[in-house]
Amino acid sequence: MKTPYGLMASFASPRAFALAVRRAGEAGYTRCETYLPFSLEGSAEPQPDAPSPIPKAMAIGGILSGLFAFGLQEYAAHDYPLNVGGRPLNSWPSFVPITFELTVLGAALCGLLTFFWVAGFPRLDHPVFNDPRFIRASKDRFFLCIRSDDPQYAANATLRFLSELGAESVAEVPR
Amino acid sequence: MKPAAESPAAEPIVDPDLTVGGVTEAVAGVVFAPPRPRLWLAGFAAGLVLVLGLLTAISWLLVRGIGIWGVNVPIAWGFAIVNFVWWIGIGHAGTFISAILFLLHQSWRTSINRFTEAMTLFAVACAGLYPLLHLGRPVYFYWLLPYPDTMGLWPQFRSPLVWDVFAVSTYASVSLLFWYVGLLPDLATMRDRAASPWARRGYGLLSLGWRGDGRHWAHYQKLYVILAGLATPLVVSVHSIVGLDFAVAILPGWHSTIFPPYFVGGAIFSGFAMVLTLVIPLRAVFGLKGFITARHLELMAMVLLATGSVVAYGYFSEFFTAWWSGDEYERFVTANRALGPYAVCFWTMLTCNVLVPQLFWSRRMRRSIPVLFGAAILINVGMWLERFVIVITSLHRDYLPSSWGMYIPTFWDWTTFVGTIGLFLALLFLFVRLLPAIAMAEMRGLVFRKGRTP
Repeated sequence: MKTPYGLMASFASPRAFALAVRRAGEAGYTRCETYLPFSLEGSAEPQPDAPSPIPKAMAIGGILSGLFAFGLQEYAAHDYPLNVGGRPLNSWPSFVPITFELTVLGAALCGLLTFFWVAGFPRLDHPVFNDPRFIRASKDRFFLCIRSDDPQYAANATLRFLSELGAESVAEVPR
Repeated sequence: MKPAAESPAAEPIVDPDLTVGGVTEAVAGVVFAPPRPRLWLAGFAAGLVLVLGLLTAISWLLVRGIGIWGVNVPIAWGFAIVNFVWWIGIGHAGTFISAILFLLHQSWRTSINRFTEAMTLFAVACAGLYPLLHLGRPVYFYWLLPYPDTMGLWPQFRSPLVWDVFAVSTYASVSLLFWYVGLLPDLATMRDRAASPWARRGYGLLSLGWRGDGRHWAHYQKLYVILAGLATPLVVSVHSIVGLDFAVAILPGWHSTIFPPYFVGGAIFSGFAMVLTLVIPLRAVFGLKGFITARHLELMAMVLLATGSVVAYGYFSEFFTAWWSGDEYERFVTANRALGPYAVCFWTMLTCNVLVPQLFWSRRMRRSIPVLFGAAILINVGMWLERFVIVITSLHRDYLPSSWGMYIPTFWDWTTFVGTIGLFLALLFLFVRLLPAIAMAEMRGLVFRKGRTP
């Protein structure tokens, strides 16, 4: 028999779930996954995660895209010079709006793609979907899954540990 | 001091009996077991009929050219530009609600942000049609974009009309992206609740495999906040640029520094009026009164009063500047607006946009659904007339009386305008039937924090 993906506990109460996540972290479990129907600050992870790369990626994407926009307009102004009453070709104030618009567009697109990259999207299949209870993860149930590749994972002990945390039910997640 | 029980702040934002699970049942229920399907069908069919009219008008336009419209020199900007500005302004309320009120932690926005973002997208789609059709030869629309062409030409980047191309296309793209990111968790809910395998596959593909992973939520929140932060200056920039389309032209009645801020205020004003027009029937028909409460409608009426005051200030500033400038032509344009051939439009505009919002000083009026609905309709009309007055009356009296003219909209002008209203309605009807009209994941969080869920 294949080893299961892990053991997953289901919680009806967000508070019991938040407590369980903290306990799992204290007990030394490192490869845990949490699944929530809405964003619950501060209880998402037993171990603090590395800071999200999204803000940085958006800043870089925005700046590059803005530089490109400004450069394009400057280039166009000199590539096809228009003498309007002797005004300077480098009329940078009128290049600001498009530079701003493309900065926003570049940052937004870069943020979306970075999010897809860090989340591994699109990924339509995942072992947790094999659990029939998981259908409520997008409605009103909170799940804590301890993966079988966790160094502390031991089928019976982990099952006991999760059951004592006030879970509604604990079950193996098949691969 | 009023006792706390009477103050509106003590009122719950959503029905206190709602539960985290109940949110999903009520909102997803509208899609999977729609209440009053006949009413929906009738509305959708009416929208489609108008879309047929729009398609006919566009086809005839492509055959004959823009001569079928009432536009001619000196009034080269007719309904196309009036309707473009009107529609794009309506869209602004959606972004205001979803981004600015989100950053200001106004939790009441959670009940209406999904729906108003959809409204934004559809309004921008309707708006975008007009400049393209007004080009006369829409196949050459790509001439507006910078691309390496064989003649070495570039768009005139110093022109607000070119800024507008970038502003509106960025606005449409970022609004779509923001809306889709907000939808991801809800699409997963729809996937998990769909009974038919095809619906499950459809929602599943669109949800990209969202499973509510805690780590994903952390990234997601970061992305959502920054997108809201980006959308905030974006929405201000878009209508400012639309205002500059006019203000940069050296034309009495347009050449005014008040235009960008006054256009932004007017855009949010007209957008909130449209939100009220749509949300009042929506909550009644689909049984969403627990989510969109009288408190929401009251708060929106307050926004109408505030932005209506900005618009009134804009009008006042225009009159004052025209008089104070001492410029003969500026003074003539203002007098001609009030007394000339389009005076009816001008006075109706002032009544709808300045007098009608004054009702909302009274709490009783803000809480009366018929008053709110009636006022919202009048403001929609008034804001449309505002754009009509700005575009038409400034153009129809040129400097030389020999170049004066009149603009009389033709049958095809009206068919195109009414057709885009039909397109807007048909898209909204499709939206409420296919996607959750209330942001369920956000609403669960709100119910959890404010409600009595254990």
